[in-house]
Amino acid sequence: MSLTSSSLSIKSKPVQFALLLVVFLILCYAIAPADGNYLWRLPALLKDIPTWVNDFVGGLMFDWFPIQVYDPDIDDYESKPLFREITRAVSSGVLFIIDFVRELLLGGQKTIVAFTSWDFISENPWAEWPALPWTVITGWAAIVGYKLQGKRLALIAALATTYVAIFGQWEPSMQTLSFILVAAPVSVLLGLLLGIWAYQNRYVEIALNPLLNVAQTMPHYSYLVPVIVLFGVGDHAAALATIIFATPPMVRLTLLGLKNVPVEVLEAGMMNGCTNRQLLLRVLIPTAKRDVLIGVNQVVMQCLAMTVIASFIGAQGLGSNLMIALNSLKIGTGIEIGVCIVLIAVVLDKMSLAWANKQTDYFADLSFLERHSTLIAMLAVFVAGSILAAIGSFIFEEGFNYLYVIPHNKGITTAPIWQAAVDWIWDTFFFVLKGFNEFLITKILVPMRDAYLAMPVVATFLLVMGIAYILDGLRSALIVGGFLLFIAFSEYWDRALITAYMASFAVIVSAALGITIGSLCARHEVASKSILLVCDFFQTFPAFIYLIPVIMLFGITDTSVIIAAVVYATVPATRYTVEGLRSVPPVLQDAGSMSGVTRLQRWVSIELPLAFPHIMLGVNQTVIFALFMVIIGAFIGTIDLGQMILKAISESRGTGIGLTLGLCVAFIGLAVDQIIRNWAQRRKAALGLA
Amino acid sequence: MSSAGGTSEGTQAVIRCESVYKIFGKNSEALLDGASSSIDAETAKAAGCIVGVNNASFEVHQGELLIIMGLSGSGKSTLLRCITRLTDATAGQIFIDGEDILTMNEKELIEVRRNKMGMVFQNFGLLPHKTVLENIAFPLQVKGNNTKASMERARDMAELVGLQGRENYFPRELSGGQQQRVGIARSLAVEPDIWFLDEPFSALDPLIRKEMQDEFLRLQSVLNKTILFVTHDFDEALRLADRIAIMKDGVIEQLDTPANIVLNPATEYVRKFTEEVPREKVLRIESIMEPVNQSETMADLTVSKDAVIETVAKAILDESKPVGVVDEAGTLVGSLHASHVVDVLFGNRAGS
Repeated sequence: MSLTSSSLSIKSKPVQFALLLVVFLILCYAIAPADGNYLWRLPALLKDIPTWVNDFVGGLMFDWFPIQVYDPDIDDYESKPLFREITRAVSSGVLFIIDFVRELLLGGQKTIVAFTSWDFISENPWAEWPALPWTVITGWAAIVGYKLQGKRLALIAALATTYVAIFGQWEPSMQTLSFILVAAPVSVLLGLLLGIWAYQNRYVEIALNPLLNVAQTMPHYSYLVPVIVLFGVGDHAAALATIIFATPPMVRLTLLGLKNVPVEVLEAGMMNGCTNRQLLLRVLIPTAKRDVLIGVNQVVMQCLAMTVIASFIGAQGLGSNLMIALNSLKIGTGIEIGVCIVLIAVVLDKMSLAWANKQTDYFADLSFLERHSTLIAMLAVFVAGSILAAIGSFIFEEGFNYLYVIPHNKGITTAPIWQAAVDWIWDTFFFVLKGFNEFLITKILVPMRDAYLAMPVVATFLLVMGIAYILDGLRSALIVGGFLLFIAFSEYWDRALITAYMASFAVIVSAALGITIGSLCARHEVASKSILLVCDFFQTFPAFIYLIPVIMLFGITDTSVIIAAVVYATVPATRYTVEGLRSVPPVLQDAGSMSGVTRLQRWVSIELPLAFPHIMLGVNQTVIFALFMVIIGAFIGTIDLGQMILKAISESRGTGIGLTLGLCVAFIGLAVDQIIRNWAQRRKAALGLA
Repeated sequence: MSSAGGTSEGTQAVIRCESVYKIFGKNSEALLDGASSSIDAETAKAAGCIVGVNNASFEVHQGELLIIMGLSGSGKSTLLRCITRLTDATAGQIFIDGEDILTMNEKELIEVRRNKMGMVFQNFGLLPHKTVLENIAFPLQVKGNNTKASMERARDMAELVGLQGRENYFPRELSGGQQQRVGIARSLAVEPDIWFLDEPFSALDPLIRKEMQDEFLRLQSVLNKTILFVTHDFDEALRLADRIAIMKDGVIEQLDTPANIVLNPATEYVRKFTEEVPREKVLRIESIMEPVNQSETMADLTVSKDAVIETVAKAILDESKPVGVVDEAGTLVGSLHASHVVDVLFGNRAGS
């Protein structure tokens, strides 16, 4: 591109950016860091927000609308606040369902107690619900896999469940599973209803949109504190936090699916004389089935992503075990548990996707046996597994019946091997790793952090709003400014800058990595498909899993968090690059070929400009991913917003702080999202790609 | 607008539209208050409105095939959607079998759609999650008919449109032509009195389109429905229609038989369409025959008044004497000189 006189005018974007940068630097030098200087840091006008939130929630929970409740213990009516009674009822309801599902899988007494009493249990030693032998569940998983897709999925499901069983993670895995089996259906149902409502009522859609945006960019942690206050600690609270977190994508995809139903299909339904109900249930939702089921898949994945985080507020299962293992630096155990989580994620992911793509054969002429083959097979597996378990009880000593439920941590373990491997790596590469670690921290990260912290608030506003203005106009600049203003008026501006520095470092590195890998892979059909598969696979990992190997290598440092964030965030950058480059219209490729472009020319002058908006959408995702990981990284000790959110969990006035901090993080994400998404959409439209 | 000639007068119209307007935009009410006849484009633009259908009045009679022809944006599909109430007309009255459909409540409307109307869509509008048979049976099932009877009926319909053997296919497994056969079968499943077709063949390849038009004519000869057919293809309209309504910018420019439209275009716009039309393929003998002159001796050959000129032209031109024109009963109703045929076919174009 040559610089002609017109491209040097004030209207050209490079010139505008250059001007912006100059003014930014001048401001940075001119404004002195001083406490009273509002150009340097804004006063914390909104620092009372946490208190307001706390007062409001406290009032709601303890004072608002007292009602008379009969208390059988003191045989009298007592005055209790309505809201707390409601949340308590919800809590006990959810807890009962989780316990019920859990006991179906693992056996126990709580469900029986719920209908009788503890006295009944102690009087009747037989009154205990038996667990399902692991062999039965393994068989069922295989049958469901086979039914949904075929032999391959059956094999994967069977291997995964077997792994979980023989590595002695059966109990926590089933606890996690029971938790998902409750949270996921509720999220799906809730998301479906809200999505339908938003589809039918435009005002609901308008109202839901910003809520969904914030909900999807809020870090997982910040849901935890309010949930603790409202619902207490335990599996039910964890399930409720998970539901709040997993519902938004379901709403989104339901709405998207319904909106994508072709007008003619809708009209055909109307012309065939459907009532509104028939239209919804028999035309709209079935037609939108694919998107809706992808939503189900998303919900399941979000639930798994929450298992580790939910353990902070008392969810039992793999998550809490992983946390304990990581906290005590038992890397080997951590890896085994991590593999369990990944396996469950992969199996559930594949099953829900297979369900989304499944077709039903209504007219196959089947006999009774064939039609009920799945049920019969499951029954057979159940009987066989039970008999095996019964035989096992004679072979193995009490409490160690390996054919029934393999007790926790009594299976095979490879932990010592892993531990040895880690030790070996530490011994062998100690100086390399330490050197790299120190180099990164002292030469790059610390200077970068100091530079971020040395920005006067006015300069930051100018830079960010300026970029928004140049790329997307005044409206975007004002919206982004609003987001920043909230953070600047809160007490957490400096912390937010630290979060921003970690995230932006991760974003720069992963965008560079992702775009390079993506560009290289996009050259070949096979390579493109393979790399997309790899991306799919990595995306099924709950974010927490990424921390295990980096802690293994770098211990508990900022480096670990940043590297985990880089790895995690490279996935979307790569995916979007490949997608963007592959979607360049073939006719343009042909036109390029006929003009005689070289490979490099093709990439620079045809592919990259056309794919750039889509790649930027990938970068947008990268920002969100990096932010998430940086916040999660607080768990292993960083000093940014994430760490404060984590601290808020154990504080008495944590609700308000947690929510405010969560909003700060969400607003950083939303500010970036606002700029990039709008710009990319307009750019795509201008290129005729939208 | 000239009124229809020749079709079953006296019977009650199956569809009757009176001054139907469809106006998009916020100020549509205000725009209508001032209008007594058609709204002109300038006024509409000034009010920030787009006029979809502009003062449309016409009737469709029992067993008649009325085609609404117009280019994209002419309002033809909008008019069809007003009559089926897929969109609500802004003003006017629309009677189906004498009942005003615009004043019906939802329940009545659903009843009418379930029993009287069938509709075929341009892009088929098939339910992707249902098989051919289930798609065809769908209107019966939403009515609450029992499954076995619905499926049997659907099987019959599939056979009627030539889809036997593909009953268990999904729409995505069918070609465009086959999908539209499903759409046709579905629209006929409830035995509707009125059949709406919205550009049913426009999404198909030319060869398939011709085949489907033949199929359509065959079905119509068997079923004899009252039909409202929308198309942007003038040749298709000429080929199929009893009468054609030509629309432009929401206004019906001319509503007449194909022959009259070709011979006497009412407006400049209509004339442009007819210019390139090969008349021998469109006109029937009836529209060009002369009165019988008793003094002349007639040839032995007689032709039907309903014959398309192209099919009998050679025979007429081979005769030196005038040829007799007869109706269905065989009575002599007119005559034709070979020279007159040449005049009609070629003379006018020379500007005589």
